[in-house]
Amino acid sequence: MQNHPVYTDNDPQSELSTLNLGPTHPATHGVFQNVLQLDGERIVSGVSTIGYIHRAFEKIAEHRPFYQITPLTDRLNYCSSPINNMGWHMTVEKLLGITTPKRVDYLRVIVMELARIADHIVCNGVLGVDTGAFTGFLYMMEFREAIYEIYEEVCGSRLTTNIGRIGGFERNFNTIAFAKLRKFLVDFPKTLKEFESLFNRNRIFVDRTKDVAAVTAEDALSYSWTGPILRATGVDYDVRAMNPYSSYEDFEFEVPVGTNGDVYSRFLVRNEEMWQSLRIIEQALTKLEKEPTDIFHADVPEFYLPPKEEVYNNMEALIYHFKIVMGEIPTPNTEVYHSVEGANGELGFYLVNDGGRSPYRLHFRRPSFINYQMYAPMSRGMLLSDAIINMSSLNVIAGELDA
Amino acid sequence: MATIPNEELLKRIGEKFGEQVTLVGEPYGLLTVETTREQIIDLLAFLKTDAALRFTFLTDITGIHYPEQEKQIGVIYHLHSLTTNTRIRVKVFLVDGDVHIPTATELWNGANWMERETYDFFGVIFDGHPDLRRILNVDDMTAFPMRKEFPLEDPNRVDKKDYFFGR
Repeated sequence: MQNHPVYTDNDPQSELSTLNLGPTHPATHGVFQNVLQLDGERIVSGVSTIGYIHRAFEKIAEHRPFYQITPLTDRLNYCSSPINNMGWHMTVEKLLGITTPKRVDYLRVIVMELARIADHIVCNGVLGVDTGAFTGFLYMMEFREAIYEIYEEVCGSRLTTNIGRIGGFERNFNTIAFAKLRKFLVDFPKTLKEFESLFNRNRIFVDRTKDVAAVTAEDALSYSWTGPILRATGVDYDVRAMNPYSSYEDFEFEVPVGTNGDVYSRFLVRNEEMWQSLRIIEQALTKLEKEPTDIFHADVPEFYLPPKEEVYNNMEALIYHFKIVMGEIPTPNTEVYHSVEGANGELGFYLVNDGGRSPYRLHFRRPSFINYQMYAPMSRGMLLSDAIINMSSLNVIAGELDA
Repeated sequence: MATIPNEELLKRIGEKFGEQVTLVGEPYGLLTVETTREQIIDLLAFLKTDAALRFTFLTDITGIHYPEQEKQIGVIYHLHSLTTNTRIRVKVFLVDGDVHIPTATELWNGANWMERETYDFFGVIFDGHPDLRRILNVDDMTAFPMRKEFPLEDPNRVDKKDYFFGR
C-alpha cells in the first residue's frame, strides 16, 4: 500500500524498539493506543487497541424510550453533536412516517452545517498545531466559541447539545440566535480566508503534509472510508448529495474532492467544505424568510413532548406527556436504516423496532470506528511524526470510535 | 446511473441463486433478503462484482439476537452501490451453538473490524478471519454482551427495579 521501505524483523541491521503511543499521549488528542515497533523513527508495524471509553450505548439504547436516546448520540462524535442528534431524530421520524415542515428542515440544516464547521475547525486547527503552527488554531477556535454560543441560544447547552426533539425543536430560534448567526456569517469568512493564507501555500506546512499518508481510492473504498478523507482520494460520495435528507436537495452546494488522498488533500477538502457550509447556511437563511416564523416542530402530538405550561393547563397535553414518557404509543414493527453525512463520514443508524417502548436493536454505523481501522496498516513504513499528523487528519473522535 | 428498482434487483439475484436467497421485505424501500451461511460469500461476491449491480461499498456488518427463534443469531450486511446509488440489506441467521459464518474480509478490508465487533458483542465466529479478537470489550470477558440474556446492570441491585418506574 505504501511506497515507503518497510523494515522487517529479519533485517540484521535493525534493532527494533517498542513504543506505546497512547492511550493518553498528548499528541493523539483522545484515548487511542497504538503499540508500535520502531526502527529508528520508521514504524515497522503497529497494533491498535481501542475500547478504552466504550460505554455500551447500543445496549443502553435497548432499555430507553426513543427520546431518551438523543443524549447518548451526543456523546458519539462530541465535536459535532447536533449532527448526531438530528440524525437520530430523522431516523425515528423515518420509522414513524413523520414529515417535518420545511422551516424545521432549514433550521436543522443551519445547525448541522454549523456543527460541521465546528468539527472541521477543530480538525484543521489541530492539524496546524501538530505541524508546529499554533496561530491558526487560536484564530479558528474563537469561532468554535461563536458556534457554541449559537447552540446555547437554540438549546441551552454547548458541547453535548441534546438539540431538537423528535419532530423538530423544543423551542423556536430566538432573535439573539439569528443575530449571532448573522454576525458569525460576517466575521468567520475573513478568519477562514486568513487561515487559508496562513497554511495553503506555507512551505513548512506543505512539506510536512504533502504526499504523507497518501491513500488510493481503491484502498479507501475497500476499507469503507467515508467523509472528507474519502473525498480527498477523489471519490465524490457525500450522503447530503446522494441521499438528501432534511431538504438538502433544495440547496446548491459543491462536493469538494481531492486528488491524491494525502494529509494535505484532506486539509484542503475540509477547508472547502467549510466554505460550502457557509454557502448552505446563507441559502437557508434566505429560504427561511419565505416560511412562517412560528413553526418549529411537526404537528405530531403523539411523539413530540408538549411544553410544560401546556402539560399543567391542558388535558390533552397532559395525556400525551404521560403516554410519551411511559412509552404507551404503538410504533411500527419494522426496521430502518438512515444515514446522515456526519463531519467524519456516513453516520448511520440501524434501528430494529418491535413496537415496544424502546428499540429492539440499535446499531450506530460510526465513521470514526470504520475509518480508523486502516490507521495501523497504513502506518507501516511511515515516520513516527508523519503518523501523528496522519491521525490528526483522520479526525478520529474517541467517543465515536468506542461508542 | 439511476437507482436499480427493487424488483429488477431481486430478479437478478433470483436468476443466479434461485431459492437460496429469499425476500424478507422492503422496509422503507430498502430491499432486504435472507440467505444461508453456505451462500453468503457467493452472494456478496456476486453483488460486488456483477457489472450491472456493483455493490462495491460495504456500509456495515452487525448482529442481532432473537432468543425466541430457532435460529437465534442474525448477521446483517448493508451494501451500497455507489455507481447506481442503491442499497441492499442481507441477513443470515445462525443456530446458537453453531455460530460459524465465513468471513467477508476477502472481499472488503473494512469487514475486519466490523466482524470483530460482531464477534465481540454476539459471539459470531467468522471462519477465516485473520485476527478474530475482541475489540471494544476487555479480552478476558466471557459473555457476549449484546445478547438479550446479558443484563444491562447488575441484576442484584434492588434500587432500580422496573416496577418502581411503572414499567
